[in-house]
Amino acid sequence: MKISRIASIAGVALAATIVLSSCAANEGTPAGGESSSSLKGTLQGIGSSAQGAAETAWGTGFQTANDAVTVNYDPQGSGAGRTAFLTGAADFAGSDAALKTEELATVSPTCKAGTAPIDLPVYISPIAVAYNLEGVTDLKLDAATIAGIFKGTVTTWNDKAIADQNPDATLPSDKINVVHRSDDSGTTQNFTEYLVANAPDVWDAEAGQTYPYKVGDAAKGTSGVADATKNSKNSITYIDESGAEGLSIAQLKVGDAYSTISAEGAADVVSKSPIADGREANDLAIAIDRKITDANAWPMVLVSYFIACQEYADTDKGALVSAYAQYVASDAGQQAAATQAKSAPLSGDLAAKVVAAAATIK
Amino acid sequence: MTTGTAGKIRAKARLGDRVFSGSTVVAGSLILVVLAAVAIFLAAQSIPAFLAPAGDLPNDAPNFWVYVWPLVFGTVWAAFLALLFALPISLGVALFISHYAPRRIAQGLGYIVDLLAAVPSVVFGLWGVTVLAPMLQPFYEWLNTNAGWFPLFGGDVSGTGRTILTVAIVLAVMVLPIMTAVCREIFLQTPKLHEEAALALGATRWEMIKMAVLPFARPGIISAAMLGLGRALGETLAVAMVLSPAVVVSFLLLTNQNSNTIAANIANQFPEAAGIGVNTLIASGLVLFVITFIVNAIARYAVNRRKAFSGAN
Repeated sequence: MKISRIASIAGVALAATIVLSSCAANEGTPAGGESSSSLKGTLQGIGSSAQGAAETAWGTGFQTANDAVTVNYDPQGSGAGRTAFLTGAADFAGSDAALKTEELATVSPTCKAGTAPIDLPVYISPIAVAYNLEGVTDLKLDAATIAGIFKGTVTTWNDKAIADQNPDATLPSDKINVVHRSDDSGTTQNFTEYLVANAPDVWDAEAGQTYPYKVGDAAKGTSGVADATKNSKNSITYIDESGAEGLSIAQLKVGDAYSTISAEGAADVVSKSPIADGREANDLAIAIDRKITDANAWPMVLVSYFIACQEYADTDKGALVSAYAQYVASDAGQQAAATQAKSAPLSGDLAAKVVAAAATIK
Repeated sequence: MTTGTAGKIRAKARLGDRVFSGSTVVAGSLILVVLAAVAIFLAAQSIPAFLAPAGDLPNDAPNFWVYVWPLVFGTVWAAFLALLFALPISLGVALFISHYAPRRIAQGLGYIVDLLAAVPSVVFGLWGVTVLAPMLQPFYEWLNTNAGWFPLFGGDVSGTGRTILTVAIVLAVMVLPIMTAVCREIFLQTPKLHEEAALALGATRWEMIKMAVLPFARPGIISAAMLGLGRALGETLAVAMVLSPAVVVSFLLLTNQNSNTIAANIANQFPEAAGIGVNTLIASGLVLFVITFIVNAIARYAVNRRKAFSGAN
């Protein structure tokens, strides 16, 4: 009896040690215990799942530099994130679309009365037209052809529209198997905006988060679409570049030349696009110029925002959000996101504007 | 001898009785309160969707019923197909376990079927997308080419195999363990006297089952089917991952334009929904609630109708 009693007490002590030592699981390993930061508190963010991997990288990086801070991000979706921010359930939101005018007018309890929220662009992701076609690795497509394929008017791979742009490729006469998103998504929104701007006579539906035509397979999420395209021959889809591993990516006709997908091209388009008008001074919602014709630009791009109050009701929270937002837009933050989430880092001048705007948050 | 009306005789109740009866009353009313709370929440959040003007609803629907009708059709159609596949198989498995198999094999088979019920539905969804759909796709192509004259097998065959037929098979596999478990218990409850009487009169084993077991078990089989149907109607993630949906009402089984189910539609659209979109989704949830309620009511009616003929008499 005595041995088993000792053993059970030892077992409980061991378990308690293990459990209690794992309590600080959200903290990264402190870098040499050097942080002299005085920031402390918890930040709760909710929003876009596109930013999910990047927010994990940012949270870890910020917590390493400020070990009294905890940053939590819940990738429930952009719509859920904006609603949560406006009802006061979240300190900041991640959203693939900037706040609309009626949302800006809502009085959020998190913000100081009389101030409006601001949108800061922090995450740029190029959208790829990816395909799975045996024997063809460098397909060149222009906006009108892409619109035709995804609308269902161009049905076979050896259609004249595709063959004219790819004289060296051997295109089979098989049917094109289109794959698109079954769920509402920011990727669909940006893809359709690109087609509406560049091929309006072919793509006559409005741009939106829901795919407008009854053509092809529908799959859930970036991974669902990638799997569906990889598992079936002769298929083509539009997908976030980070999810397009294992698929070939088509070149896009921009202006007169074909450009290949690149992080710099995407960041270039965003930095050359104007800020949306009718907004507060520090609200950097961008009206992306989809018709840009610069060489090597990539106008099929998704911009995701960091939505925060201009002035918080709780000043400590405001200081914390300001520091976090400045980290996110900084070089270190953007490089961390690029490595982890394969996004395109903000270009230098846009990053400087975002950091300056983030510094005004209080 | 006094024959006056005696007062009501009260049973002797000690503290334990009072505590126990009190807690059962609390438990019973708690479940009613929860159900009422859910129903009130659904109804209150749905009203803006019912009253929304045309143009506010998703999918450009002129009113809520136009929006939800394809979803209702898809839900009922997928669940019906799943039940069509699962019911005969589960009856067969249950009969095998209760009447045909040697005792040891029967217990082992029972454990294995119950284990299938422990698999999470996400895993079924992953299995359906990565294994089942690519495996079935060549079969669908063959069916479409050779049996395309049959109304259900026509249309443009899907290139990925993610059709409503695949979803029905996945749902059937998910629903099978529950139905088999309930049916097995019912068959084991058949009065031995009835079975032996049939056998004594010269019936073969199948005739004995047909005469003694199945009529006795009919209400139980209906409840098992309704349990399975309830699960199939509400299954969310497996359908969302496997199905390739579109806003159509389609009986075709092999194409990639399939009617979506209500639960899968909510799972797909909720993260990005805002404003009236959220109300519309909750309203479609209310419709599913009502459908399940109606299905259960029909089942209870069917069971009660034959109550007098159940084996208890």
